[in-house]
Amino acid sequence: MSDAPATPGAGAGSAPAPDLVPVLSATWAEERSWSIDTYADAGGYQALTKALGMAPGDLIQAVKDSGLRGRGGAGFPTGMKWGFLPPDDGGPRYLVVNADESEPGTCKDIPTMMSAPHALVEGVIITSFAIGCNHAFIYLRGEVVHVYRRLLQAVREAYEAGHLGKDIHGSGFDLDVTVHAGAGAYICGEETALLDSLEGRRGQPRLKPPFPAVAGLYARPTVVNNVESVASVPAIVDKGVEWFTAMGTERSKGMGLFSLSGHVARPGQYEAPLGITLRELLEHAGGIREGHELKFWTPGGSSTPIFTAEHLDTPLDYESVGAAGSMLGTRALQLFDDTTCVVRAVTRWTEFYKHESCGKCTPCREGTFWLTQILKRIEGGRGTQADIQQLLDTCDSIAGRSFCALGDGATSSIISSVKLFREEYEAHVEQGGCPFDRAASALFDYDEAPAGATRADSDAPEEAHA
Amino acid sequence: MTATADKPETQAVETVTATIDGREVTVPKGTLIIRAAEQAGIEIPRFCDHPALKPAGACRQCLVDVASPAGPEGKLRAFPKPQASCTMTVTEGMVVNTQHTSEEADRAQKGVLELLLINHPLDCPVCDKGGECPLQNQAMSHGRPESRFVDVKRVFEKPLPLSSEILLDRERCVLCQRCTRFSKEIAGDAFIDLQNRGAMQQIGTFDEDVLDFDGYRPVGAAAEDESGRAFSSYYSGNTVQICPVGALTSAAYRFRSRPFDLVSSPSIAEHDSSCSAIRIDHRRGTVLRRLADNDPVVNEDWITDKDRFAFAWQNLPDRVTRPLVRKDGVLVEASWPEALAAAAAGLTAAVTGDDARGAAVLPGGRVTLEDAYAYAKLARTVLRTNDVDARTRAASAEEQAFLGSAVAGTGLGVTFADLEKAPAVLLVGFEPEDEGGVVFLRLRKAGAAQRVFTVAPFASRGAAKLDASLIECVPGREGAVLADLPADAREALAQPGAVIVVGERAAEAPGALSEALYLSESSGARIAWIPRRAGERGAAEAGALPGLLPGGRAAGDPAAASVAAAWGVESLPTAKGRDAAGILAAAAAGQLGALVVGGVSASDLSADVDAAIEGVGFLVSLEVRRSSIAERADVVLPVAPPSEKSGTFVNWEGRLRSFATAIRTDAMSDHRVLDLLAREMGVDLGTATVEAVNAELGALGAAAAGERIPAPAVKVPAAKRVAKTKAVLATWRQLVDEGALQDGEPYLAGTGRVAVARLSQATADALKVTDVVTVSTDHGTIELPVAITEMVDGVVWVPAKSPGSWVAHELRCGAGATVTVKGVA
Amino acid sequence: MTYDETTLAQLTADAADIVGRYPVARSALLPMLHLVQSVDGYVSPDGIQFCADTLGLTAAEVSAVATFYTQYKRRPNGEYQVGVCTNTLCAVMGGDRIWEELSEHVGVGHDETTEDGSVTLERLECNAACDYAPVMMVNWEFFDNQTPESAKDVVDRLRAGEDVAPTRGPAKVCTFKEVSRVLAGFEDGRADEDQGPGAPTLAGLEAARAATAAAAAADSGRTEAQQ
Repeated sequence: MSDAPATPGAGAGSAPAPDLVPVLSATWAEERSWSIDTYADAGGYQALTKALGMAPGDLIQAVKDSGLRGRGGAGFPTGMKWGFLPPDDGGPRYLVVNADESEPGTCKDIPTMMSAPHALVEGVIITSFAIGCNHAFIYLRGEVVHVYRRLLQAVREAYEAGHLGKDIHGSGFDLDVTVHAGAGAYICGEETALLDSLEGRRGQPRLKPPFPAVAGLYARPTVVNNVESVASVPAIVDKGVEWFTAMGTERSKGMGLFSLSGHVARPGQYEAPLGITLRELLEHAGGIREGHELKFWTPGGSSTPIFTAEHLDTPLDYESVGAAGSMLGTRALQLFDDTTCVVRAVTRWTEFYKHESCGKCTPCREGTFWLTQILKRIEGGRGTQADIQQLLDTCDSIAGRSFCALGDGATSSIISSVKLFREEYEAHVEQGGCPFDRAASALFDYDEAPAGATRADSDAPEEAHA
Repeated sequence: MTATADKPETQAVETVTATIDGREVTVPKGTLIIRAAEQAGIEIPRFCDHPALKPAGACRQCLVDVASPAGPEGKLRAFPKPQASCTMTVTEGMVVNTQHTSEEADRAQKGVLELLLINHPLDCPVCDKGGECPLQNQAMSHGRPESRFVDVKRVFEKPLPLSSEILLDRERCVLCQRCTRFSKEIAGDAFIDLQNRGAMQQIGTFDEDVLDFDGYRPVGAAAEDESGRAFSSYYSGNTVQICPVGALTSAAYRFRSRPFDLVSSPSIAEHDSSCSAIRIDHRRGTVLRRLADNDPVVNEDWITDKDRFAFAWQNLPDRVTRPLVRKDGVLVEASWPEALAAAAAGLTAAVTGDDARGAAVLPGGRVTLEDAYAYAKLARTVLRTNDVDARTRAASAEEQAFLGSAVAGTGLGVTFADLEKAPAVLLVGFEPEDEGGVVFLRLRKAGAAQRVFTVAPFASRGAAKLDASLIECVPGREGAVLADLPADAREALAQPGAVIVVGERAAEAPGALSEALYLSESSGARIAWIPRRAGERGAAEAGALPGLLPGGRAAGDPAAASVAAAWGVESLPTAKGRDAAGILAAAAAGQLGALVVGGVSASDLSADVDAAIEGVGFLVSLEVRRSSIAERADVVLPVAPPSEKSGTFVNWEGRLRSFATAIRTDAMSDHRVLDLLAREMGVDLGTATVEAVNAELGALGAAAAGERIPAPAVKVPAAKRVAKTKAVLATWRQLVDEGALQDGEPYLAGTGRVAVARLSQATADALKVTDVVTVSTDHGTIELPVAITEMVDGVVWVPAKSPGSWVAHELRCGAGATVTVKGVA
Repeated sequence: MTYDETTLAQLTADAADIVGRYPVARSALLPMLHLVQSVDGYVSPDGIQFCADTLGLTAAEVSAVATFYTQYKRRPNGEYQVGVCTNTLCAVMGGDRIWEELSEHVGVGHDETTEDGSVTLERLECNAACDYAPVMMVNWEFFDNQTPESAKDVVDRLRAGEDVAPTRGPAKVCTFKEVSRVLAGFEDGRADEDQGPGAPTLAGLEAARAATAAAAAADSGRTEAQQ
């Protein structure tokens, strides 16, 4: 607990300071938490009033000073991103919220928008005001229709309350918001692919430069921010920069939603200052399930190199996780216990990347196609030692070579799992099959007798046809 | 007659200096690393990169190691991972290490190649591209010798016809997207796009069977491009050429040859007045295919599908190889001496015999400059007549005056570069795609920086792709429209560099060319005359028009005397020459003794050609093929098609486009045959060789100031009233249609647009027209399906020579004529 | 185009509405494809042509988009799109078994529809509900914490015509077409319907409150002790 900052007011020698800080999640248990009334009752839209009374430049500076870093995985300083917009040239500029949450393990933005969409809406208005945007977009993945309903309603409620539309609260500031549903493509979470998708095209990433800040949506200056980043802005404006910087670490300030899932007793969303450790989070979450031990986990979703129990005390901030060989990403902590086959997990992630590869660049398109076949053979007991090396060689041809980070993400789990669990890969090769019992990993009991002809696992050869 | 060289770039360009593989290279700012490397003689392997297309960075083959100075001290900082050299520009002090000097770059490139090959089929033995394949070549030079892929490749049914001409083999495709990028960026025809995602991504049209959609797409006469065909673009053949693998192949060439069997000869395309640079690939005397040759000044890297695929006409079964003489009513093969003697005798009789009714010459618009000169000189010095006209299309005296005063003998005028840079372009009687070919591509290249206006009855697809503003015009009323242009067009044309483009159809509208000249004078915009055929400008230059002598001189005094002297004759004929229509009318009326005809398709003429042939006393045909005119001639003298001769076309810019013989046969050019014919008639025409002709033309030079036809000043006549049951005919040639030079190439023909008749909704309602319509004159009827189009009322448009719609031949009229329109139940 | 007049008129009006939400018309393409699905039950060639005509694109450009995204179906879809997440986490937590049993039970495989047109099965990628694994989605409504039995039960009840409520979402699951229309941006009045956030969503909040309570108890305990 030595890294956890002291909460103001705790006296010396008192009990360990609570290290969870519900900020975005504070209202999620309220009755009709999603409605504007509930949000306002809890102090919502006060930040907007305050922001409209500030100069936009001062708002940007405040967000810079807060140290808020993009919560969508890359961790780029948000205020600095806003500052990259060129001077006003009389043409439009846009804010686009990336609500395309699709990274395996990541499940923080969906509950935020389901239970408190107004946190996002208020954040959108303040951010738009700060950067001089008069038409903002929220790009939501299409596979969550109730969240979409909630967002549409929240935007409508905000218009009705005068927080959106023309001359908001007499400030002279106009803002329209369009909530846009995607249609099923993980790659649209990549900011330039998102922009192309929002323009009505295939979601394939664009060349950078030009960066979106200079030429983004419709080739106009654009800021693309994650839901959580934008939703954090009202709190920063309302409670102040010092409040925010008091949380977190030197270079990873503030709080974030940590999503715990998998073989943990109480999976869920745990809002805490950056820098908390998994061990501390597990204490709140009831630990790994009874009778089992943590075997491997992802700090930031499937695109980040895996960790093991050795990393239980690694502070979960950008620098520390980076130094330990992975990435903080979206704080999507998928926890797997000793019943889980690493090869099975990695194979399924790789199939995901192959399915989601946009196809634009050779390394990712062809590489994930190849990796998947090798892994399925290994998982199905038809692999060879050479295959394990081939996995690494193929990853070498992808990582750092692909057009966007999806290629790199696809290689992370493979490279790290071979490094940490090579013997498990070799066991599949030597034993001609998987030494683990799938049923033991499941959260319900069942008899591992085949359910029928449509068994979907790696015994089936790779489908090569369209 | 001079062609001036392009002026070199005079303004200073900012440069940067970098080091590539240890070599210092200085390049203009903004140069891509891959281009800079080429300048330094270093080739970085690539697939998606193409100098004429915007960078994509998709294939990742061109990865190199880059370091550039950073920070206040400018210390060299290496990029953490290799960079795509096709998307990164060179900056000052940059250090680049390619596969030659960087192990990581080499490893990265080998890795990408290995990945490209894992799903690539081992088709080399049956793939057209083998032997000239960038994937093969680069795999050999930059790839691994063996693949480590032992799993299952993804497969597709193959080949997929994207059109009747273009076949797609999806398995071979490396998804470089050159084809889709070309189609979208350059041609503006987005009929193919990427489909599906990931490893199953493929190039395709919207084909419900291929993409596994339930149901089928509505298709018909009025579907997007009126062709009912999916991939429809006049420039589709370029994708075959730039495809770096054998994914895109042409049906005409498929499985026919290996590149190492072919001899490549640079040449000039004979299909339009741009005279694009092409490469003729032939094997043992047969042309197997034609490609675009790189010519930055004219056609850059592109040619039309017609230029590329329409060459079978030069060697069809109806090719004339031996002279033919009519004996007892039947054409029989004869020796050259016999045929020349017969021709000479017949012509002499017509010129100086007892019943001499004179002779006339119709060279046709397809001949080279040298040929046109020989025809023109033959007419004046041997046949003693000014009745020579190469314009086998609607023409006028006004047009002749226009050509004589403003075009012929003026050297290089408006150029392709000028078109590209023009801030505004006004098109008059000119369809950029259908009638201009690569002119369209150059106009499109200008993009949003250029405003295009088109005076036309409706905005064609080509005009729409240029975002052109339509200035509605009933055919024949172009002059009136020009006299009263909308303000925004006038303002636009007043900008420096603006251009007015007039097509040959301006001749069909009295007063149009005169008004165009006034407009040019008042606005400062320069005029470019862009006819359809390759020989048109050369004919004007050579004096193959009734009122023109070489160099833009007016026939008659004062120029006639000097030309006569140059030609070694006492004087030139003084009787005013008749144009093509006049010549044919005279022949039909029995008032012409003989006709010498070059490459002319009777069906292109709206005159009564049958009557003319019937009525003329003697007919000599110089032809490549046994055309309908040749079939009825008294003497047929075979002449060489373009591949078998050398010569010069003059393109619409006024630029000389010379080409050398690609395939040596004993076929002779028209000018050589005419020289022999003249000799037989006792005259040394002096046109035996290309050199001889060019020497004469060079010596003649351009007309002096007082020697030209005065500029035309024709008043626009009052608009004629059209009965409510009739309409005014609009028509022009489609790029791919039933023109004679496209004969024998069914794959190309299959890509032509379906013939439709266009009317506005109001006109259709007024004339009670629904789905099918007949358009008729006293001479004939054309029946076509209807496509309701946003266009000027009271006008019906049909294509001029598409299947079921041969306007000149059936209706015996041209644009601007009044026609009867009836709906068919 | 084989849409009848009324349908075409409605589509045109809806399309105009959608286009009006964006500064550049082409942005309307994704919602318009959802709209077409809401009318035809899948993205039909007619629908593709409609989008092409409305937005001034070629059919190839529209199908380029329609074939890129997995939510656009190319064959008439079942009334209920039933998806079982088989991405790593859900699969390991039991999603694989749920898929196998469900597929066997319903009798169709991935991307296949039952003969009566009621259900289409799909193996899904991560639907951002990992704390609720194993997850099933029906017409993009959440069915959290599934077992093979519960999954089969949901599908049986749907096929029997019953109203079935998701674990998080509206009062009942609407049809594929109805939900597609919502995704095209047309509200259906169900935003206030709720099944309550699940325990995982509130886990952190409750743990924080428990920790605060414990700390307060500890503090007061200490204060008492100090007194």
